[in-house]
Amino acid sequence: MDGSSISLVILIASLMVAATPILLAALGELVVERAGVLNLGVEGMMITGAICGFIVGVESGSPVLGFAGAAIGGALLSLVFGFLTQVLMANQVASGLALTLFGLGLSALLGQGYQGVRGPTSMRLDLPVFSDLPIVGRILFSHDLMVYVGLALTVAVWWMLKYSRAGLVLRAVGENHDAAHALGYKVVRIRLMAIAIGGACAGLGGAYISLVRVPQWTEGMTAGAGWIALAIVVFASWKPVRALLGAYLFGGVTVLQLNLQAASLPLVEVLIWLSTATAVILLIVYGLLRRSGRQESASGWIKCAIVFAIFAAITAIFNSIFGINLFRNETLWLSMSPYLATIIVLVVMSAGRAPGSLGRTFHASS
Amino acid sequence: MWKLEKRPTPSRGWAIGAPLLAVVMTMIAGGLMFALLGKEPLTAIKVIFWEPLFGEFSFYYRPQLLIKGAPLVLIALGLSLGFRAGIWNIGAEGQYVIAAVTGAAVGLAFYPWESWIIFPLMVIGGAVGGLLWALVPAFLRVRRGTSEILVTLMMVYVAEALLSAAALGVLKNPDGMGFPGSRNLQQYASAANKELIAGSGIHWGVVAALVAVIVAHILLNRHIMGFNIKLSGQSPRAAKFSGVSPGRLIFFCLGASGVLAGLAGLFEVSGPAGQITIDFNVGYGFTAIIVAFLGRLNPFGILAAGALMALTYIGGEIAQSNLGLPGAAIQMFQGMLLFFLLGMDVFTNFSLKRVKRGIA
Amino acid sequence: MSDILLTLEGLTKAYPGVVANDDVSFEIERGEVHALLGENGAGKSTLVKMIYGLVKPDAGAMTLSGTTFAPAEPRVARASGVAMVFQHFSLFDALNVAENIALGMENPPNQRQLAAEIRNVSETYGLPLDPDRIVGDLSAGEQQRVEIIRCLLQDPKLLIMDEPTSVLTPQEVDILFETLRKLSAEGTAILYISHKLEEIRTLCDAATVLRMGKVVGKCDPKVETARTMAEMMVGGTLHTPERAAREMGDVILALNSVSAASPSAFGTSLRDISVEVRAGEVLGIGGVAGNGQDELLAALSGEILVEAGAVQLHGADIGRLGPNARRGLGLLCAPEERLGHAAAPDMSLTENAVLTGTVREGLTNRGFVNWGSARKFAEQIIEQFDVRTPGPDVAARALSGGNLQKYVIGREVMQRPEVLVVNQPTWGVDAAAAASIRQALLDLATGGAAVIVISQDLDELMEISDRFAALNEGRLSAPRAASGLSVDEIGLMLGGAHDMEVAHVEA
Repeated sequence: MDGSSISLVILIASLMVAATPILLAALGELVVERAGVLNLGVEGMMITGAICGFIVGVESGSPVLGFAGAAIGGALLSLVFGFLTQVLMANQVASGLALTLFGLGLSALLGQGYQGVRGPTSMRLDLPVFSDLPIVGRILFSHDLMVYVGLALTVAVWWMLKYSRAGLVLRAVGENHDAAHALGYKVVRIRLMAIAIGGACAGLGGAYISLVRVPQWTEGMTAGAGWIALAIVVFASWKPVRALLGAYLFGGVTVLQLNLQAASLPLVEVLIWLSTATAVILLIVYGLLRRSGRQESASGWIKCAIVFAIFAAITAIFNSIFGINLFRNETLWLSMSPYLATIIVLVVMSAGRAPGSLGRTFHASS
Repeated sequence: MWKLEKRPTPSRGWAIGAPLLAVVMTMIAGGLMFALLGKEPLTAIKVIFWEPLFGEFSFYYRPQLLIKGAPLVLIALGLSLGFRAGIWNIGAEGQYVIAAVTGAAVGLAFYPWESWIIFPLMVIGGAVGGLLWALVPAFLRVRRGTSEILVTLMMVYVAEALLSAAALGVLKNPDGMGFPGSRNLQQYASAANKELIAGSGIHWGVVAALVAVIVAHILLNRHIMGFNIKLSGQSPRAAKFSGVSPGRLIFFCLGASGVLAGLAGLFEVSGPAGQITIDFNVGYGFTAIIVAFLGRLNPFGILAAGALMALTYIGGEIAQSNLGLPGAAIQMFQGMLLFFLLGMDVFTNFSLKRVKRGIA
Repeated sequence: MSDILLTLEGLTKAYPGVVANDDVSFEIERGEVHALLGENGAGKSTLVKMIYGLVKPDAGAMTLSGTTFAPAEPRVARASGVAMVFQHFSLFDALNVAENIALGMENPPNQRQLAAEIRNVSETYGLPLDPDRIVGDLSAGEQQRVEIIRCLLQDPKLLIMDEPTSVLTPQEVDILFETLRKLSAEGTAILYISHKLEEIRTLCDAATVLRMGKVVGKCDPKVETARTMAEMMVGGTLHTPERAAREMGDVILALNSVSAASPSAFGTSLRDISVEVRAGEVLGIGGVAGNGQDELLAALSGEILVEAGAVQLHGADIGRLGPNARRGLGLLCAPEERLGHAAAPDMSLTENAVLTGTVREGLTNRGFVNWGSARKFAEQIIEQFDVRTPGPDVAARALSGGNLQKYVIGREVMQRPEVLVVNQPTWGVDAAAAASIRQALLDLATGGAAVIVISQDLDELMEISDRFAALNEGRLSAPRAASGLSVDEIGLMLGGAHDMEVAHVEA
């Protein structure tokens, strides 16, 4: 049996699992930001969702109820933020930070008796025929339900924003709240709904970590996933399909990190080869785009390719000449990698245009 | 029906009243929470706010207040400069951690040589470490427009990874019999941040915090840089028109908060903590965000807020051991304080008016 | 069935400290073009907001087509056949034309059908518009078409237009009037809000004049003169600024093909602007909103840096200098947006004096602000420019538009500029304050300074400028002597009718 192909299949399949919590949270935040609200409390809502989901799941024995509980918990918490920023017109950045700090405390408090408890068995959705298909079946059709929920939600958000009346109104409110108000749309009410949806999605994402991925409760277990979700929204230029790509990219980094750690491969060498390969792939995409005359979108790809190439070169030089202790410390590199990757992606990808009223306080003066 | 109406000029009374009211409301809500947890609310509140100051063992707790309060005040002062200008450094925790590592590394590099110069060099080493860690997001923000919120935060996780790498690797105590963690700087006279008056809790960090409060007050109220900071936060376009360079302001605010967080980290590692360990940081960098807002981004306000927050930390620890109140409850209590504060803040700029239901 | 469409009876609305509308009553007939005339702050906006359901009156009643009309929100007003074109467009820059129009409709059809309807209506009324274009990329005139078509698609019985011509060239105004006359002939009543008297005389059938929230007169604009209506509106005789005869000096400021990208997403970039201004001269720069006015001011103030050599003061290159260095050399500016650009709304007047005064007034010493002198400077501005305020400790946002504008202009004039650049110096300012601001600018020029006035108010520019140039899509026309320029010539300099066409009015 060919071992490498199997591991690639498992890699992609586990990538989808690793990406799901971030994807769910990012989609929720995307809706919120499209409505013109910047909620930095994603991490707090995720961790609250994680514990709410875990408690409900354990007590009821049903993961479905657990996820429902997580969504409600996340939404309720987000409405605290909503009340502060929309009704009392508090600063959104500060309120979002407060939400995260509060959520971390709240979850720790709620989770007192649940450390080390086993969660309910997760719900697999094995499609009998499809999941037996070689490779494709393993990648696409043998996940738990929430992976599909994440994918379906991506499509749903995309469709809603692009084609539905509700999506149009949501975008209008986020784009120019004064104009939306002048046309008679209830800015505060619409934003509160968006915030609650964002909270529910973040809650689901958190619960996915505590109920499926780990599955256990530990304090602070989201470990920055909420912040990465925020970064993905920016990276995705507020577009759902790009958020999916972003989440899978980070899922890939995470899974790769775990696999490399297990395989104890010489990480630095792998890193060099990987970035070179990425640079080449990006270059090919660039060439194709140029040929099809899409000059503008092509320039982004070439920039990415150059950055990856430079990164590979620098790493190679450092590795061969200095071989510094720090570079050989693989656990260090691995544990930093998701966060470094987030920073690099944020720096390389210049974000698209943010919604016009993002982060601004609305007050109907008349 | 009630309606919020914008005041023509911000209310001075509410500017002071809002934080006080927030504290009272937090006590009430916190009391309710303690009651839900099965604790006698009044006792819990008394233990948290009274015991450390005037209780039986206050001779022990009072110095602790200074020890906990100093890093909070130092970090919060730095953050408040940026927050006023709309520059959001939320990764002070990372700058604090890195500075502790770099500062301790400077000290340990000289071990076991003794000289008066070592401690000042460590202070510089810590400050530079915090500065550089904060200048990375500043640079990315100015050059690439990358959100400083996300970068500073991500760099906290990177700093924590470096911290554990240092504790387990480079800075590990060679005589530590394999235990993780560096040498104890308290046992290395030239590198120790000792109590200046025995039993008082006053160490160099406390002195630095007080000096920083005064410097920040002068900067904000008398110096054009302070004016520019306030102006940029209130109306960025007017600031640009006035001649403020947004890039330089970002470098200044992030740099200053990096240095102050760095000093806090250095004084902590060379003083109360004593050594670099995996769990060296306890979240001062995040709590300082609450302190900065609770102090209304005003230096003296921050001093008071830092004292109050230190009180809840120590009172919380007492409540934990005496009443079995979970530590997380205190964390939540602090979060609630920030919520109430942000909520009450609205009355500084808005007044609540009763409106009769229209005829329409 | 009577011919009266809308009746207002005793409408009253009070805000803290000000009665915006006091017992306002009048009637609008079907198919009538009814002017609502008044100065800034007379209460016109509040009144139409009540008709459109954005504001609830404290007292009074409205009747539409014989039935009680009390819209709780704009949706209800729209359903009853009331449509409104806003003064500051209620448009969404990042959305396309069709989406913007759909947002203003109750039950919009699907996108394809809507696009067809838009094309149809725009053809009928001579307002060409591509439904797929992003609104932020359109010119101000085109954006107004979006608003108008949004209204027309709902077959309104009453169309409210709030200062519609301030963003149009004279030629575009003519085309708009054709469209409005056609609508009126079809039976649509139009409530036309303006303070431009000549326009009202050519277009409107009846006029109601508001002053301080009260109805002070009703008239037939076709028989009144502009002067009599103006005096009704202002409540006294008008003071016209006096210009002393003055000598032109040497060239002080020279722009040599200034090009600069706009810092904002939907802004207009400056293209190859060259012009010279002499001592003692007032150069008027006209243009329809959004043709590069903000960018031109920013390029002169130093907020946008331009190529070396592109801006020269007294022959020395200042293109790469920032705002404070330019102030030091004598080039001062006053931007259009008072709150948030020229002044910080939440800061006191003293602090706002420091905003631009540090260099020339010596308000800082080694970086430390001398608050005593700053306060004194603020007090001087308040006194010299008759700024009505309790004192220099009041926040800028507490001042009325006219008073704050006097403060902002005064702050720059008091610093003895060699060149002063102002953008929209009298926008949203009452007539008395506007007159005193114009007088101050003329006095400054008489004293030997060069003054550049960027404005969208052509009457204002004709009144005070020596030479006139027009900004059109970021380009500046060659300046011409202001005296003797006809409205048609000015209109052509402003870009004529862009791509508008005359409505296909059937006989």
